[in-house]
Amino acid sequence: MDRFLETFFNPVVMAQYTPDIIAGIWVTLTIAAAVIVAGIAAGLALACLRSYGIRALNFLIICYADIFRALPPLVVILILYFGFPSIGIQLSGPMVLFIVLAATLAAFAEEIFWAGFSSVEKGQWEAGIATGLGFTRTLAYVALPQAVRLALPPLVNRVLAITKMTALGSAIGVSEILSSATTAQSFSGSATPLTMSVVAYLVIFLPMVVIARWLESRTAWKKR
Amino acid sequence: MDIFIDQFFNIDIMRKSLPLLFKGLWMTLQLCSAVILLGLIGGLFVALGNMSERRWLRWISIAYTDLFRALPPLVLLIFIYAGLPFAGINISPFAAVVIAFLLNNSSYYAEVYRAGLISVAKGQWEAAQSTGLSPVQTLIHVVLPQAVRNVLPDLLSNTVEVVKLTSLASVISLSELLYNAGMARSVTYNASPLVLAALFYLVLLWPLVRLVSHFQRRLAA
Repeated sequence: MDRFLETFFNPVVMAQYTPDIIAGIWVTLTIAAAVIVAGIAAGLALACLRSYGIRALNFLIICYADIFRALPPLVVILILYFGFPSIGIQLSGPMVLFIVLAATLAAFAEEIFWAGFSSVEKGQWEAGIATGLGFTRTLAYVALPQAVRLALPPLVNRVLAITKMTALGSAIGVSEILSSATTAQSFSGSATPLTMSVVAYLVIFLPMVVIARWLESRTAWKKR
Repeated sequence: MDIFIDQFFNIDIMRKSLPLLFKGLWMTLQLCSAVILLGLIGGLFVALGNMSERRWLRWISIAYTDLFRALPPLVLLIFIYAGLPFAGINISPFAAVVIAFLLNNSSYYAEVYRAGLISVAKGQWEAAQSTGLSPVQTLIHVVLPQAVRNVLPDLLSNTVEVVKLTSLASVISLSELLYNAGMARSVTYNASPLVLAALFYLVLLWPLVRLVSHFQRRLAA
């Protein structure tokens, strides 16, 4: 038991590497926040554009959403990070991580918001337009509030899944939590930094998981 | 433009890396079948624990799902692969991936099953048991088929996520599709093998993604 504690919860190692892990937490939170804002905004914008029903545009939006829902983010990250410099586009690790995760979230958010728009009855659109609101204002004032309410639980789950992927940054040298921890692990020769990263992720994400569960149970209850 | 095609869609390099990528694809498929199968079974047990009348069982399964949904799968994988040897437990990369993703996936599958099980009316349980079926028989023959049908889109979209997840195995040098593509890239200094790997994933997953959308639209209608 002592050896176990010594290996995974070594207080000396903990004290030494806490600043690194905290710096990592900061990087993770910054990138996660940027991804959430950009991804949701882009996804919502795409879903709104799609509701105008312009055929060529919708085809492109659907292709985009399909591709980014089907591709593993790590593949896209590696292509951007290792491939783009050779055509003269240098992107930093955090930038690549941000672009890929935001693009992935946008694809999922588009589908979720679109499902929300689709569930608004046709009569409501017609009623909105008949009162002289016009399509754009009907979209903004009638359809959007309902779509957002429907989209919230699946969106929170998806946001959670994608912000967790900030850990992929460790594969391209972004000094977020996981990569600070693995670096500290190889320097200290102790598994304690890995334990610290697990704790850090739990502190950040466990509350979000609980909120997501609460949101879901609330909407499930309303449906009955 | 020429540089772009040469760097990302170099047919010559793609053709040369094809055997290596197929080898990786085979490993990816093996990983997928292990993780999906175990995840589907494990998730069912966790979901049943979640629905149990014993409070301690409910608490354990809720703690399990929340814990493993909060941890990024890659963190879990690194912890198991790089951390456990410190405790004297050495496991192969394949086993590390299967264990890490099983913990992650069974929690996601469990949540999907749970929604499905809730959607089956309680009267069905009572009716089936009153005809003399045991609880296990009721579950297998009456409740589960309906529950699964009700949450099929979610089960499917979760399975898509599992397949995508296996690409993380490349981080611990398990020679699956993405790892082999990365190897080919570093030998050729050319991103085409990575693009080819992306195409492999698209061929594998695009039909499933379409199917998920199709199901969801049908349910909404």
